[in-house]
Amino acid sequence: MANTVLSQPKFGQLVAVDDRIKRGRILQTVGRFSGGVVIPFASYFFLWAPILVLVLFSFNASRTVDVWRGFTFDWYLNVFNSMGAGSARSSATLMESLRNSLFIGAISTIIATVLGTMLALSMARSKFPGKKIVDGILLVPMVIPEITQGISLALFFKIVFDYVQNTTGERWLPGFGTIIIGHVAFNISYVAIVVRASLQGLSKSYEEASYDLGANYWHTFWRVTFPLILPGIIGGALLAFTLSLDDYLITFYNKGVGSGTLPIYVYGMLKTSVSPEVNALSTIMLAVSTVLVGTSLWLQGRNGARAD
Amino acid sequence: MAMWLTARTRKYSGVLLALPSVLWLVLFFLLPLVIVFVFSFMTRSTSVTGVTLPFTLSSYERAFNVFDVILIRSLRIALFTTLICLVIGYPIAFYIRTRKTVLGRNIALFLIILPFWTNFLVRTYAWQVLLSENGTINGFLRGIGILAQGESLQMLQTEGAVLLGLVYGYLPFMVLPIYASLRRFDFRLVEAANDLGARDLQVFWRIIVPMTLPGIIAGSILVFIPAIGSFVTPDMLGGTKTLMIGTLIGDKFERDRPLGAALSMIMMGMVLVALVIYAWGMRKESQNNG
Repeated sequence: MANTVLSQPKFGQLVAVDDRIKRGRILQTVGRFSGGVVIPFASYFFLWAPILVLVLFSFNASRTVDVWRGFTFDWYLNVFNSMGAGSARSSATLMESLRNSLFIGAISTIIATVLGTMLALSMARSKFPGKKIVDGILLVPMVIPEITQGISLALFFKIVFDYVQNTTGERWLPGFGTIIIGHVAFNISYVAIVVRASLQGLSKSYEEASYDLGANYWHTFWRVTFPLILPGIIGGALLAFTLSLDDYLITFYNKGVGSGTLPIYVYGMLKTSVSPEVNALSTIMLAVSTVLVGTSLWLQGRNGARAD
Repeated sequence: MAMWLTARTRKYSGVLLALPSVLWLVLFFLLPLVIVFVFSFMTRSTSVTGVTLPFTLSSYERAFNVFDVILIRSLRIALFTTLICLVIGYPIAFYIRTRKTVLGRNIALFLIILPFWTNFLVRTYAWQVLLSENGTINGFLRGIGILAQGESLQMLQTEGAVLLGLVYGYLPFMVLPIYASLRRFDFRLVEAANDLGARDLQVFWRIIVPMTLPGIIAGSILVFIPAIGSFVTPDMLGGTKTLMIGTLIGDKFERDRPLGAALSMIMMGMVLVALVIYAWGMRKESQNNG
């Protein structure tokens, strides 16, 4: 009976109109909630204006940043010419510190994403004695401000390395290992929390259905859970990579000779004063970020499109 | 694969999955913190570790007596930062969520994430360019005649500059968790509530806010904690009058390790209050869902 009714064009049109009205009403309500256009655009301006000014003045023909005096590429040439030179704070070169940053970021992101996703699965889907304690431990890195993380880990390594030297005579030094350990330690929780949020938003019934149909844990994870929480995992990994590239304090207190990262190199330059060379270097970093995040979002978009 | 393995894997999966992370965090996070905790009760010395016996409370006493102004200032700045981020961040998250097309949503999200992807130091430096004595804002004000030539507004080295830098730096931490909550939010609930006669404000406060509370709480925590412990922002945009606890800890840790450790512990105490609120909010949320 329903078929015959729906096949009549007149009624079908009515349904379509009704849908449109409803959708219109939802969007209208939502539009009012979002504060219309003004608040978001003011916010976007707030986020972008400083960066745009920075970029603009990296091309300014004067050394000052107060008035525009014409276009120049000089500051970029200066940056490229000095790529091999050491910064004020460390003997590392710009190229070397950039390479270190990418290496540390990649390794620590991979470790933190794998461990963090496992932890999130455990938290969201399993029950075992002591789970509350694990929940508490997960929060620890978020509770501890970076400065405390940095100095406590440095102190820990100092004591351990001292002990190793006294017992075995071997001399261990801070370097890539200590930085990566520190980055993974603060990134596990961020990954776990982002992934756990995806899992909490995902009904358990998908996985239960998979088990009921005879799939084991492994298959269920890779063929049901993983594809559904992939945006969360990618989001967590991106967050981890960003935080690793961004980190100054934990790296500063746990680095060794030759393992300084880009933030370590740049900090000395930035702190001293405003200069067009720093503007140029900052602009290059911004451009690299744009390409990176654009690529990852594009990949995510493709992934999402395929899932739909 | 054998069925017993499957059954066993499922039974112990929770523990096995959590174990590597827990070990990592205990070894490289909790243990170092315990060391700092113990150090905060010890006496200053010139040894390799920087501390010696006997145990004493004198570092805490000095922290509260000498540095109380800095402690209160840090707490105030962190709370304001969180509040401002929430007020600005919620509408942004809402705006992103309500874009009609996937492309529009991605662009709106991209525009939030991109500054966030830019190095934190660079973003803070951008404000130095704007706010400094011969910076862009002063140049602009001189250009349009509000300020006379050679005159300038003192904007750097003020509490406002630090607050601005912190809000700017941590805003995405607020937007992303709220957006994640909103993304799961089913907007048909708004329609249902409207059909049942609820007004927009009622819908917002009684449906949307409770449903996105995990995002709000997570975002506030993610902003408050780096704000209270901030080091780079007060260092670059502030001055001696805006010294915050993070800078103080870094400074004292090199010269007076027990005092640095005690200050760290006090900062963690402030954060603990925030954590209790987080735990309370999450429990309430799971009760609602359960």
